Amino acid sequence: MSKQEKHWEKTRGLLFVTLAIWFVFSIGIFLFGAEMEASSFKPLGYPLSYYMTCQGSLGIFVILIFWFANRQEKIDDEFGYTEREDD
Amino acid sequence: MTKMIKGKFIDNLPKVYGIYTGGFLVFIILMAIAEQAGMSAKLIGIFFVAFTVSIYAIIGYLSRTLQLDAYYVAGRQVPTVFNGMATAADWMSGASFVAMAGGIYFKGYGYMALLVGWTGGYVLVASLLAPYLRKFGCYTVPDFIGTRYGGNLARVSAVLVLTVASFTYVTAQINATGTIASVALDIPFGIAVYVGLASILLCSMLGGMRAVTWTQVAQYIVLIIAYLLPVFWISNKMGAGFFPHFMLADEVARIAELESQFGLGTVKNSAADLATVPKGLAGITKAHSEVNTTPWKFISLAVCMMAGTASLPHVMMRYFTTPSVRTARRSVGWSLFFIFLLYSSAPMLATLSKLSLMDPNLTTGIIGKSITEVQNIDWYQNWNQANLMFVSDFNGNGTLELNEFFMGGKAVVLATPEIAGLPYVISGLVAAGGMAAAMSTADGLVLAIANALSHDLYYKIIDPKAETAKRLIVARILLVIIGFAGATIAALEIQGILGSVIWAFDFAMSGLFFPLVLGVWWKRANAQGAVAGMLIGLAVGTWYLIHVRTGGTPIWGVTQLTFGIHGALASLISMIVVSLATKAPDAATQRMVDEVRIPSGRTVLGKQH
Repeated sequence: MSKQEKHWEKTRGLLFVTLAIWFVFSIGIFLFGAEMEASSFKPLGYPLSYYMTCQGSLGIFVILIFWFANRQEKIDDEFGYTEREDD
Repeated sequence: MTKMIKGKFIDNLPKVYGIYTGGFLVFIILMAIAEQAGMSAKLIGIFFVAFTVSIYAIIGYLSRTLQLDAYYVAGRQVPTVFNGMATAADWMSGASFVAMAGGIYFKGYGYMALLVGWTGGYVLVASLLAPYLRKFGCYTVPDFIGTRYGGNLARVSAVLVLTVASFTYVTAQINATGTIASVALDIPFGIAVYVGLASILLCSMLGGMRAVTWTQVAQYIVLIIAYLLPVFWISNKMGAGFFPHFMLADEVARIAELESQFGLGTVKNSAADLATVPKGLAGITKAHSEVNTTPWKFISLAVCMMAGTASLPHVMMRYFTTPSVRTARRSVGWSLFFIFLLYSSAPMLATLSKLSLMDPNLTTGIIGKSITEVQNIDWYQNWNQANLMFVSDFNGNGTLELNEFFMGGKAVVLATPEIAGLPYVISGLVAAGGMAAAMSTADGLVLAIANALSHDLYYKIIDPKAETAKRLIVARILLVIIGFAGATIAALEIQGILGSVIWAFDFAMSGLFFPLVLGVWWKRANAQGAVAGMLIGLAVGTWYLIHVRTGGTPIWGVTQLTFGIHGALASLISMIVVSLATKAPDAATQRMVDEVRIPSGRTVLGKQH
């Protein structure tokens, strides 16, 4: 397998992990809206369903993108595909 | 010479915008002093809108350019964080600023799918598209489609989808600028729309993407101050909490308590009573924090907004302006961070607004007071006159009940500062913020359409030998034409702001989502498949929208707000089937896709093309 193929395989792996996390917090948990509301776990005192829609999921997306960007940069570095400043 | 100044300007960005922000805060304080000294509310409103708009116009003028890559992609040197701010302003429209808190206020949980959808989409942008399209080095989104798949048909199809989606969106934004300009400047809506248009064109005409970028950063600063300041102020004034986002749990619980006390959902208005309520106003019929929708309804709306986000060209083209692939990726994170600041505040504003009106223990509470007393309140009279508020004693007991109070969605953002007893200067600030939000999005959209037509249709297809000067003139003429067409349709007031924004997402998703994503992630995708995907997706989406609008039975519970589900599904299936049934892309195209997947090295398209 060529260097480029390996790089793409790792990139694809990272994509799947990222999309899996994304799926859980954008779609998965909202299948259980009623259960979340009944939950006794109340972040900052808000009902869980309310909290996730107005802060929780949104904040997780922000962190997820930065985490993804860091991981992708590591993968690019590993294969020597880092951009040079003068590109 | 210009190069030198530009270089200096880029290096000094934090300083320049720091001074700008400080200057704006000083302006707010001066206005507050003027208000104390007796300046009229009307004059304060005029000052706020006129002052901010002229600053944007000055920035637009200073950013004028005669270079192609500056006009189309801001010279590809916009730093990460600033591109994040510009994208946030580009993204957050009049709908986000003026209408969203109102939607949450009236519809509760079901509506909050928009919060999740309009943020979650950025994960798709960052992971599936933005870095790869940046590596491609295109000027516009159809530029990517046209080069990746090859052939004029693919390019034209992409221009078609882009135009349908962005034009639907832009009429709503020009409508919003008109609404705010007409209220703040006290002129008729029909004229205000063109005042709004003139301000929008001032920002974009001379400098294209470069001018739009630097005005959008300035607009973000205005709109975020205008949104957050009232939220924090009201929360502190009410004693609800120093930092509302973390401290409103008691208030949310209190609203639930009041809802049951006032008989929410048990007392229903008769159809005859409701007929007396002015059009466009709504009462509180959904619980504030309870789950009040089926999972599929919530999820389908969120999915449409997420896929739409990843397919809207005016957002995607912001990531063409960063210096590198790496910065494009990070810049998506910053964009979402800056959007998060406003989106996470919208539910807090809705909570504070509702509690101000409902809680009898607060001096601002009106539910439970006598009808005549409420009708004599100053702000009630103002907003009633503006057709955004209405009370009526349906049961004839002389007291205002929860089901007897009606409000327009826009009033939650525009009127809450006044209701909560904040000085008028805050209302002026909010008007300036709304104007900034609508203008910045309209700018991005008009530019996206005009650039696609001038670059992809005119230069790439009609006259490939056109010289730079001629290309830039055509681009500017198209900008003005598109702007006028948008304003003319906006002046007709066919649809509400929010509805047409949601439609724009569905259109974009129907035609562009899979052709864009598969262009990077599936080498086997070819021109025939992409054309089928775009055209069939758009056609099926449009057909379904008309089908539901004309009273057809919904399929799979998909409504007129989520018609992109059918559009995108048709697009995906037709794209895969047609691609596999026709010849695989040639070796050169396959190499191009390989090239796009590696961040380092030259862009696929040249710096000037």
